[in-house]
Amino acid sequence: MSERIIRKQEIVDDPWQVLRLTSGESAETVPLPAGPVLLPLAVWLARRDEALRRYEQPGVWLDSDEGPEMLADDCRRFAVIGINFPKFTDGRGYSSARLLRERYHYAGEIRAIGDVLQDQLFLMQRCGIDAYAVRADKDIEQALAGLRAFSENYQAAADQPLPLFRRRAKHAA
Amino acid sequence: MYRYDSIDQQIIDERVAQYRDQIARHLAGDLSTDELRPLRLQNGLYIQRHGPMLRIAIPYGMLAATQLRKLAEISQRYDRGVGHFTTRQNMQLNWPQLEQTPAILGELARVEMHAVQTSGNCIRNITTDQFAGVAPDELTDPRPYCELLRQWSTFHPEFAFLPRKFKIAVNAAATDRAVIRAHDIGLELLRDEGGEIGVRIFVGGGLGRTPILGKVIREFLPRRHLLSYLEAILRVYNRYGRRDNMYKARIKILVQALGIDDFRRQVEAEWAHLKDGPTTVPDTEFARIAAHFAPPAWENLPAVDELHAARVAGDLAFANWVRRCVHPHRTPGYAAVTLSLKAPGAAPGDISDTQMLVVADLADRFSFGELRVTHEQNVVLADVRLRDLHEVWQIARRHRLATANIGLLTDIICCPGGDLCALANARSVPIADAVNEKFDDLDYLFDIGDISLNISGCMNSCGHHHVANIGILGVDKNDEEWYQITVGGQQGNAAAIGKVIGPSFHAHEVPLVIEALVTVYVEQRLPSERFIDTLQRVGIEPFKARAYAGRDRRRGARQENREVVNV
Ligand code: HEM
Ligand code: SF4
Repeated sequence: MSERIIRKQEIVDDPWQVLRLTSGESAETVPLPAGPVLLPLAVWLARRDEALRRYEQPGVWLDSDEGPEMLADDCRRFAVIGINFPKFTDGRGYSSARLLRERYHYAGEIRAIGDVLQDQLFLMQRCGIDAYAVRADKDIEQALAGLRAFSENYQAAADQPLPLFRRRAKHAA
Repeated sequence: MYRYDSIDQQIIDERVAQYRDQIARHLAGDLSTDELRPLRLQNGLYIQRHGPMLRIAIPYGMLAATQLRKLAEISQRYDRGVGHFTTRQNMQLNWPQLEQTPAILGELARVEMHAVQTSGNCIRNITTDQFAGVAPDELTDPRPYCELLRQWSTFHPEFAFLPRKFKIAVNAAATDRAVIRAHDIGLELLRDEGGEIGVRIFVGGGLGRTPILGKVIREFLPRRHLLSYLEAILRVYNRYGRRDNMYKARIKILVQALGIDDFRRQVEAEWAHLKDGPTTVPDTEFARIAAHFAPPAWENLPAVDELHAARVAGDLAFANWVRRCVHPHRTPGYAAVTLSLKAPGAAPGDISDTQMLVVADLADRFSFGELRVTHEQNVVLADVRLRDLHEVWQIARRHRLATANIGLLTDIICCPGGDLCALANARSVPIADAVNEKFDDLDYLFDIGDISLNISGCMNSCGHHHVANIGILGVDKNDEEWYQITVGGQQGNAAAIGKVIGPSFHAHEVPLVIEALVTVYVEQRLPSERFIDTLQRVGIEPFKARAYAGRDRRRGARQENREVVNV
């Protein structure tokens, strides 16, 4: 099984699955599927050793109320960390992504999952998200344009270590 | 004022293109109504009672004459020839067509204007003192700080989808004219003993249904840390502010729930990581922006202008206007002028296309081509020579811009209310009209003196009624319009939230109640006491008693009062 996602600036086929607990399933007992898979944080926390044995490349996803501090130093172990946007108006994931990149120096892939839409991609990219599982009912080719909304930005963020005022000063010098 | 460089312009142009594409995708069915909503709100577009309403940003209230002319042109071409200035120093157009909004934004971009983040759950337009740069009591010009914040907050990638809207106001004067403690963040510019400029930071203020005044989170923060510290506050809020209940989502609720000390601890812990990082603002950047706000070419003039003094002495109507609408200026021979948008019968804050053109011409002829919008919904010409005041007055008067009522009872802050706003419980403009009719004697208004009366059509409090000496709030009872009255609110350094005097009143009673409250003041005041001083000295009881006296002879006394919001 594979799914089309945007990675960096391209549409690619991607094998990662997202494990979501359905009601009645518990983190302790849910069967771990064959990889590659993004595990819910609760599963990772409950069964870290088992997951490390089972997967060569473990993956995990954070919900919007779960911060990267819950992974802390573990984060370097992951090839992919998913950040879930339960609704596109829930902006907590932007902070999570920046913290992963700028505080925990996580260098692997950060993938937006959930309610991922064209008009948020640019912001996500700025916060350090570099893969986007665009919502299945949307045209992913069209969504790609969202990454190019602006050619310059005022703030420093995960994609640009210097705010415009430091770069403007250089222009003038 | 700040002028765009090519990068600022490019960012705004790209925004117009982005928005145009969003509307096109919406009309093509690719972007649902729910998906479009937050996007259009971040471009100032509401869908209201009669259709769309567009809120155009006027960053910290500064406008160039050319920009106001463009607003006049837009209001003619795309609207009904009238704009409405808001308490957040923006302009609202009430009758644009959805399909035309991209064209409107395109027109605005040609004069360095936009509607970015005038609504939505993001950092909104930054507001400040309308006398910035000319006020005698000012420590430093707050506008460079506002512009710094404007750029930092524009399309901030992390804070575009906050739990709720976020409002920042800046004050740099001895008298706070920006109501900073009624904002999510209030910034007060200060100087420490070493002469360094920094900010005192208030957090967690807000009006709405739970009015709260901001609390100090930092007594003094050197200005270079301003952005990194705000980023820390916003990050804590973005992550931990409530998202389950829209009415509890403002930062004030988070600050209240944690307590200011715990909130501060979290912010400081976050800031420890950000402090001294690249977002630290170098002096060169403050200087670059401040250069845009360099004083205009004021002439060397005597502090007293004989001709002006003679005109004041010889013409009572002019003298009255000077008394209320002309304000001190830090430069000898100059004054700041408030053009009142509160003429009797006019909707407070409304300005017609013709008036816009007149004001633009006045600005060009008499005030270096610039003007400001006040949060009290008036317009200011900041740099008028004393000797020109008479001519300004004569022109303004012909266009109903010279009502001598600034700071008086009829200088009402008033939201659009039920006539236009879909959220309203009651209309507010007719109440302003009725107050105007009741108090149509200028001598009496002068005698009553300084007082504030503000009206909101619902508890969202767009009309700032909580911080008025007399506040009027529309409440809905079985489809009838009722009004709750508060007294004792204040803006400024002694900011306070008003107290509800009791059960609400029917629309027709409101002017009588205002009259009763004013009468108590007139009877009980000591020499030189303002309404608020008397109220504070004698207490709320005599006012309350008079407001309800004989009420059973009027229509519909009401006991129950479900809608009391500020308990
Ligand atoms: C007609 C369209 C308008 C709509 C739909 C609207 C909507 C709202 C809403 C929903 C709130 C409450 C937000 C909250 O408590 O979290 C609010 C508050 C506010 N609005 Fe408006 N508004 C409108 C017009 C205006 C106007 C004309 C002004 C200025 C006169 C204004 C200035 C404000 C202010 C100052 C607040 C209070 C801020 C606070 O709670 O701290 N709005 N508005
Ligand atoms: S106070 Fe209420 S009625 Fe008035 S503009 Fe705001 S939302 Fe509308």
